[in-house]
Amino acid sequence: MIYREAGDFKTTYKADQDTFPIRFDRVAFWLSIFVVALIIPFFVNDYWEKAVFLPFFIYAIAAIGLNILTGYCGQVSLGTGGFMAVGAYSSYKLMTSFPSLDMFVVVILSGFVTAVVGIIFGMPSLRIKGFYLAVATLASQFFLVWLFNKWEWTYNYSATGQITAPERDFLGIVVTGAYSDPWATYIFCFGFLFIFGWMARNLVCGHIGRSWMAIRDMDIAAEIIGVNPLKAKLSAFAVSSFYIGVAGALYFAVWLGAAEPTEAFSIDKSFDVLFMIIIGGLGSMTGSLIGAAFIVLLPVTFKTLLVGFLGWPTDIAEFIQIILIGSLIIFFLIKEPHGIAALWRTLKQKLRLWPFPH
Amino acid sequence: MFLFDPFFWEVVISGLLAGVMYALVALGFVLIFKASGIFNFAQGVLALFAALTLVGFQTGQIPFAHLLEALFGLHASHWGEGMNTVLALFLSLVVMIGLAWLIVKIVLRPLVNQEGIILFMATIGLAFVLEGVGDLMWGANVKRLDVGLPEGPSDFLLDNTGMFIEKLEISAAVVAIILVVTLMIFSQYTKMGRALRAVADDHQAALSVGISLETIWWVVWSISGLVALVAGVMWGAKSGVQFSLSLIALKALPVLMLGGFTSIPGAIIGGLMIGVGEKMFEFYIGPMIGGATENWFAYMLALLFLLFRPQGLFGEKIIERV
Repeated sequence: MIYREAGDFKTTYKADQDTFPIRFDRVAFWLSIFVVALIIPFFVNDYWEKAVFLPFFIYAIAAIGLNILTGYCGQVSLGTGGFMAVGAYSSYKLMTSFPSLDMFVVVILSGFVTAVVGIIFGMPSLRIKGFYLAVATLASQFFLVWLFNKWEWTYNYSATGQITAPERDFLGIVVTGAYSDPWATYIFCFGFLFIFGWMARNLVCGHIGRSWMAIRDMDIAAEIIGVNPLKAKLSAFAVSSFYIGVAGALYFAVWLGAAEPTEAFSIDKSFDVLFMIIIGGLGSMTGSLIGAAFIVLLPVTFKTLLVGFLGWPTDIAEFIQIILIGSLIIFFLIKEPHGIAALWRTLKQKLRLWPFPH
Repeated sequence: MFLFDPFFWEVVISGLLAGVMYALVALGFVLIFKASGIFNFAQGVLALFAALTLVGFQTGQIPFAHLLEALFGLHASHWGEGMNTVLALFLSLVVMIGLAWLIVKIVLRPLVNQEGIILFMATIGLAFVLEGVGDLMWGANVKRLDVGLPEGPSDFLLDNTGMFIEKLEISAAVVAIILVVTLMIFSQYTKMGRALRAVADDHQAALSVGISLETIWWVVWSISGLVALVAGVMWGAKSGVQFSLSLIALKALPVLMLGGFTSIPGAIIGGLMIGVGEKMFEFYIGPMIGGATENWFAYMLALLFLLFRPQGLFGEKIIERV
């Protein structure tokens, strides 16, 4: 069988700490990265880019961000939509105020701005816990969306209150605006996902990630063994908001091209991302990716199936789609409350021993 | 002196009346949270569903008319003139009770003993399903709900004091007060009410003295179905039955935070405080910073309170052990 660890020996500590300890996993991972990064860009067209790949990459970044906060540090947040709005609006301000700035720098800087806002809204977490905190984070959601509606400076006093992404480039290649090529935006967003996924993976394995998990498992006990809750919680809020801000900047500048706060950053966004990490798996990097793929692909698939093949009216298809998504969420929660990533782990465990389970 | 200014009192009274409406929705949350530890996000959609069902019965719509048309080409949308309001209310209540049974059997029973966040997510899934089913059954267009409540401004108050208060809001407040008192009596003086309180106190102890958890949950979800129906009727009569009705859940959340998730008096007092605070802020400070502050002010107020009392005003003291 191809999936086994017999003969896969480690001789150094470094090799033992590998993210993918089994050779098969390692090969599969790099192979899929190779396909995604170097083969698909040659074939990707406008529809696949806008409907499937960009939303997947962007939501995956947001899901990793929220997973750091909720899955690893145990602080439930419903403010994702608001933080994405902060990322989007700061990227807009940076793009219009400094036209010559490279898009990569713009996105990173918007991430930092969001991190600062995240720290501010994360302060109550030191005092409030559990559901009270979840509801408290809604305050940031509503307040931020209201702010971007009312504070005219943030949308450069435009009459419609909408923000539109001007044309900006990354190393000379146009990645925003109407004239960007599908492959360019594809690579741009995938690059962010790859870099930040890799960074997140290393963060949660390190000292800071361990202190987050200690806080999640029991904050009082963590405090007693010397984890500083102030540092752990606020750093989780900062890192998580940074990721969500990056996702928000890409969401507005690269994917949508134009946005209006009430619609684009509504509370539905917060729930979508929360769904992703719960369905994918709390406290799991693979889970964030699986969850993002699940929530992004499901509506597209249903729409193609019901409207495209069966020819149903769009409104009925939409209702049925809501019902199906809701039931699937409930179904997955009942069958595997720890997410699809846990299912995947069980499957791997079984495959390791197959065909001799005992 | 602002105390003699009729505007001031108008703002206070309309705030109080709005607060009663918030409290009504928050009550549904508290009931379920106390009895089963579930943070029921579907409460708002439950109200929407109840109101849609009521309007459907009242006007004599055929359920799933759209779907039937798409599948079999049936062109019928109504089966008759509809029925009178009392009968429609009763039937809607029956539907809500049946729905409560289904929810307990299908969703909650398999999720016993799961963490709070998982149950919370399950209720969000439930909200999606109910929203879809409601729209599919009765159509997604905005509907007018008329249950015979008085409308327009109250002439008596307008003539005597110069205050502009909607009759509808006054009757909503009266109904809400009656409902709350009934619920209090039910939970204090009946056998079932005592069982409810026992479950809220300690699940395992309640089980050990022979209280069936499943029945209790069914009763609790039915009661919050009833509360949802009342809230749906009140809000629906005020602003029409449509999707935005389900967003009243978001109005009730700060009320819960302020009053504590486990306290019925907390829900009521929290509702009143938020209602008044929100209206005052919007009236006196709102114009200075661009208006439409109602969306977030309640949350900020609740957040400030929580910084001093992390369990809400009337919540049980959080005791943590390692």
